[in-house]
Amino acid sequence: MTNADLQTVLPEVLLAAYAMLALMFGVYTTKDKVAPLLVWVTSAVLALLGLWILTGGGGDVAAFGGMIVNDAFARFAKVVILFSAAAVLLMSEGYMAKRGLLRFEYPLLVALAVVGMMIMVSAGDLMALYMGLELQSLALYVVAALRRDSVKSTEAGLKYFVLGALSSGLLLYGASLVYGFAGTTLFTGIIAAVGEGQTPLGLLFGLVFVIAGLAFKVSAAPFHMWTPDVYEGSPTPVTAFFATAPKMAAMGLFARVVHDAFGGVVGDWQQIVAFLAVASMFLGGIAAIGQRNIKRLMAYSSISHMGFALMGLAAGTVFGVQAMLVYMAIYVTMNIGVFAFILAMERDGAPVVKIDELGGYSKREPLRALAMLVLLFSLAGVPPLVGFFGKFYVLRAAMEAGMTWLAIAAVIAAVINAFYYLRIVFLMYFGDEAEAMDSGISPVLWGFLMASAAIMVLGVINLFGVEAIAATAAAALVN
Amino acid sequence: MDNLLSIITFLPLIAAVILALFLRGDDAAAQKNAKWLAFSATSVTFVASLFMLYGFNPNDTGFQFVEERTWLLGMSYKMGVDGISVLFVMLTTFLMPIVIASCWTVEHRVKDYMIAFLMLETLMLGVFCALDLILFYLFFEGGLIPMFLIIGIWGGKNRIYASFKFFLYTFLGSVLMLVAMIGMFVQAGTTDIEQLLSHQFASDTFAVWGFQIIGGVQTLLWLAFFASFAVKMPMWPVHTWLPDAHVQAPTAGSVVLAAILLKMGGYGFLRFSLPMFPVASDIMADFVMWLSAIAIIYTSLVALMQEDMKKLIAYSSVAHMGYVTAGIFAANQQGIDGAIFQMISHGFISGALFLCVGVIYDRMHTREIDAYGGLVNKMPAYAAIFMLFTMANVGLPGTSGFVGEFLTLVGIFQANTWVAMVATAGVILSAGYALWLYRRVVMGDLIKESLRSIKDMTNREKAIFAPLVVMTILLGVYPSLVTDMIGPSVEALLHNYHAALPAEAVTQVAHN
Repeated sequence: MTNADLQTVLPEVLLAAYAMLALMFGVYTTKDKVAPLLVWVTSAVLALLGLWILTGGGGDVAAFGGMIVNDAFARFAKVVILFSAAAVLLMSEGYMAKRGLLRFEYPLLVALAVVGMMIMVSAGDLMALYMGLELQSLALYVVAALRRDSVKSTEAGLKYFVLGALSSGLLLYGASLVYGFAGTTLFTGIIAAVGEGQTPLGLLFGLVFVIAGLAFKVSAAPFHMWTPDVYEGSPTPVTAFFATAPKMAAMGLFARVVHDAFGGVVGDWQQIVAFLAVASMFLGGIAAIGQRNIKRLMAYSSISHMGFALMGLAAGTVFGVQAMLVYMAIYVTMNIGVFAFILAMERDGAPVVKIDELGGYSKREPLRALAMLVLLFSLAGVPPLVGFFGKFYVLRAAMEAGMTWLAIAAVIAAVINAFYYLRIVFLMYFGDEAEAMDSGISPVLWGFLMASAAIMVLGVINLFGVEAIAATAAAALVN
Repeated sequence: MDNLLSIITFLPLIAAVILALFLRGDDAAAQKNAKWLAFSATSVTFVASLFMLYGFNPNDTGFQFVEERTWLLGMSYKMGVDGISVLFVMLTTFLMPIVIASCWTVEHRVKDYMIAFLMLETLMLGVFCALDLILFYLFFEGGLIPMFLIIGIWGGKNRIYASFKFFLYTFLGSVLMLVAMIGMFVQAGTTDIEQLLSHQFASDTFAVWGFQIIGGVQTLLWLAFFASFAVKMPMWPVHTWLPDAHVQAPTAGSVVLAAILLKMGGYGFLRFSLPMFPVASDIMADFVMWLSAIAIIYTSLVALMQEDMKKLIAYSSVAHMGYVTAGIFAANQQGIDGAIFQMISHGFISGALFLCVGVIYDRMHTREIDAYGGLVNKMPAYAAIFMLFTMANVGLPGTSGFVGEFLTLVGIFQANTWVAMVATAGVILSAGYALWLYRRVVMGDLIKESLRSIKDMTNREKAIFAPLVVMTILLGVYPSLVTDMIGPSVEALLHNYHAALPAEAVTQVAHN
């Protein structure tokens, strides 16, 4: 363990150290009274780390004998994770405080989860992969059950834990098979073993199990069952968190495994990923139509979006990875805005989650309704909003890889998905009047909602330069 | 002015942003300001487009006023017009002030209404000016958002069904086109329309799952584009969204829909299908012509039986668009000249007819034909104007409707005599439903009690119709105004089209 190795993982180390120190601080001082302060500080730390990584640059560095890789791809994913986690933390403060859920552990658990995610996207070894994944998951199980006195929240936490443990089991079993047949857990070793002539069947079996485990984490159909319940049961800010940073981390990890470890046998996993993509897009779209609870609806929407992102991966090309990264960055930005809107849906201080309650919303809150309208059309992928470009990238990746059938399936799924987004627009703009909701909104939520909507509109000019960064990131991943 | 087209396209958008940001309140004064601002913005846009028309050289068959900037992914923001698109730009800018003026009586969420129309104008102009595939798609699809809201917020009783149907139907058509566009991007390596026009897409027959695809990639791409444009146009049998959308949309929405949005389909055929996939177009020409013939007869018959005035005119629009599609795929000078002419003229006539319905709807709040009768006694000016546009819709010589129909029929006759026969029969049917409508609404004695106190058109309403009357008659007696503008470009298009066809196909066309 040399100095250079530590240098490479400095952001992770700093964040972990910060989380420990803050934990001590919280325990030895006034406990929950410092929670608001900790939220702000943690999100500042996350944002600063994000800025540091964004501006720091640096080449393609492998540390600890290749177990941790810090390349442009990892940095791209980390920046998205850090910024979205910081944003969601800021958004949650008001909601959590109002309901007595703002414990000082909350920001720290989020910070620890983020450390796990950062390790996930940097993993160069099956062990590092598992370590990151579990650190992330354990922290997330706890925040899902943060509302201790609520049956639903506890149920969400428990469900997430049990199914998460199952998926970890699958993943570990796959990893052991891979290790058995490749003789190493290092990705560089695996790709060498895969590359030599005939790939052993056991290795492919291992690959399938690893992919199944990862599919759980990205909540791709048919491994999506936990998503709606966990989204519904968790406190809304936690749902917002689930929908953003962990998704990016899991997709990043997915890309890393299939390209870094199994880049030599694209043909072998391409079909699996393509199937996951199609199944998720259609299942998410069709199941969301029946949802009346906006959190469940967003859960199915996220399943469907993961399908589109996986379509980029299914292409198995550099451009496919780039498309996936662009898609995820756009997806995360949209979701932050949408959840800022959902967090502000309250009546007499109690959260409102039924979409029918949005009837006539645009008359009372024209600006917020307009922002939500932009975000919904963007989620549906209607041009000229930025969400369209996400879809455009992944479609192009699939077409370039010769998977025209996948592209056609995807656009049909996009039309199905448009239906339930349109229904929210319809309710807000020309639905039957529902009882008025509270008109207040905290400046933080308002800011994130408006910023996210503005990005969806203004991004049409050049996507804020994300394209070039994602291209470098993708080139770093796929050799 | 190098960026005249961008100025024309985005002027309404800028006005919309100004409206959204700076206009506060919803009282009468604010409403009036919103209307005036929208009216001035569209008028200024029209004046700006006159500059473009003045500077346009019809004999240059390339793109003019071209501007280009790099955009994402090797695509570019590229705008330009040629003889085919320039008149659609003019049609849009010409009609929008009229549309805005026609919603002067709207009182429900006026500011939002104006913003929606201004944004819609930008998106429509963008469609006709865009010279990049994806940029075109952006404008083409973007128009769905304001139109969805216009139908949904300001529409009639059954507006929810209509707005969803409109959106999802056209969205489904267009996404297939998007896949084809990406396919073209991957194959040709560019999204520049100008370069794609000279790119030869492969047309070798190949097999997909045992099916022989004659015309190969071109046919597949053509079909994908067809899915989008046929829905937009709309062609039988995918026209069913149109009557619903028209009936539920507010008057101004109907005018925009019929006069401009429907033309995007025809424009798309001329800009993409015909020049970029000539082999596929040639293979599919008979198919399209027969679909058009069915559309003309079928929708005319359906129009005969309508109880609702707007629905009747909507079906008549579908029938008239049948002449356009048949004319385009006749692939000869008269056919395409006629198709473009018909689209322009239909823009004036159908727009005016929907405005005519709007005039009496504003007074009686019903579109049932049975609720009217004998209006001529109380509304002579209205009767005269409605008469003129009914005749123009029928295709009476001396109105622009005649020129369009006649030219397309000449073109169709040369390409496919049987289709021409069927289509000509449609002219008689169109006279049937249009005159019968006029008879039932305007003629006869005024026996309905509710109509006793109906007032004739106000000066504002007369002023709205004036430019449409002028254009309909002017183009009817002096069609060269249009044909001189479009002729050379159409000729060039046809030249490339026939040059791209394989030798034996050309001789076949000659035999026909």
